[in-house]
Amino acid sequence: MEFLYETKTGSLRIFTPREIDECVASEMREEADMLIDNYQIRHLIFDFSNTEFMDSSGIGMLIGRSRKMGYIGGSVEAENLSERVQKIFTLAGLPKLITVVKEEQYD
Amino acid sequence: MIREQEQEMSMRFDSYPENEQFARMVVTAFLMDLNPTVDEMADVKTAVSEAVTNAIIHGYEDCVGQVSLTCRKHGKDVMVTVSDQGKGIADVERAREPFFTTKPEAERSGMGFCFMEAFMDEVHITSAEGRGTSVEMKKHLHLPAGE
Repeated sequence: MEFLYETKTGSLRIFTPREIDECVASEMREEADMLIDNYQIRHLIFDFSNTEFMDSSGIGMLIGRSRKMGYIGGSVEAENLSERVQKIFTLAGLPKLITVVKEEQYD
Repeated sequence: MIREQEQEMSMRFDSYPENEQFARMVVTAFLMDLNPTVDEMADVKTAVSEAVTNAIIHGYEDCVGQVSLTCRKHGKDVMVTVSDQGKGIADVERAREPFFTTKPEAERSGMGFCFMEAFMDEVHITSAEGRGTSVEMKKHLHLPAGE
């Protein structure tokens, strides 16, 4: 699977795919880490605009990236969460680790 | 329309991660005619994904085996059973605890069973070390009146 992403001096925006399960999460983990190291990323943004489904494997991957960014003194944000993804975030306590940016159209 | 007769489907597939999506798609298609809400369908999909992932990641940790998935619908009730003949769970009560994982190094969240319990009404786990695990889940759909 190919992931869409954008990098801008020190910042990386990953557009997460439609469904995030174990299979997808393990590929995202490798690709994100490679990009974080190669581009010396300090600010990581997960853009969930396209994501309709995520299970606990996605949670594991996000917690792992949040730790990695923590070690290197960086930050992690999540944007454009659907109601479903928001529910999964809340259930897993992710908002304590990752800043969830609320958009006006998502209220 | 609610079908009064019980219907059942079952499938077996190899424990490759690529098949997680396949299992979710089959269950989604099977339940479509019950006309569940988007949220209810997502709840069942998530629970199926968790159970199948457990079978693949933990049950068949170092090998490829067969995962069985059975889904029954009866009126507004949905029952899903996911089983494997893998290594089994040493301590089922601990496995149910939030954030407990035997694989922290693999970035497992330890939320699998919690998600199944959060999204389904009942979750029963039967496991024997060296013989495998079976997870039986039930959910009652709240279909709109008149359907």
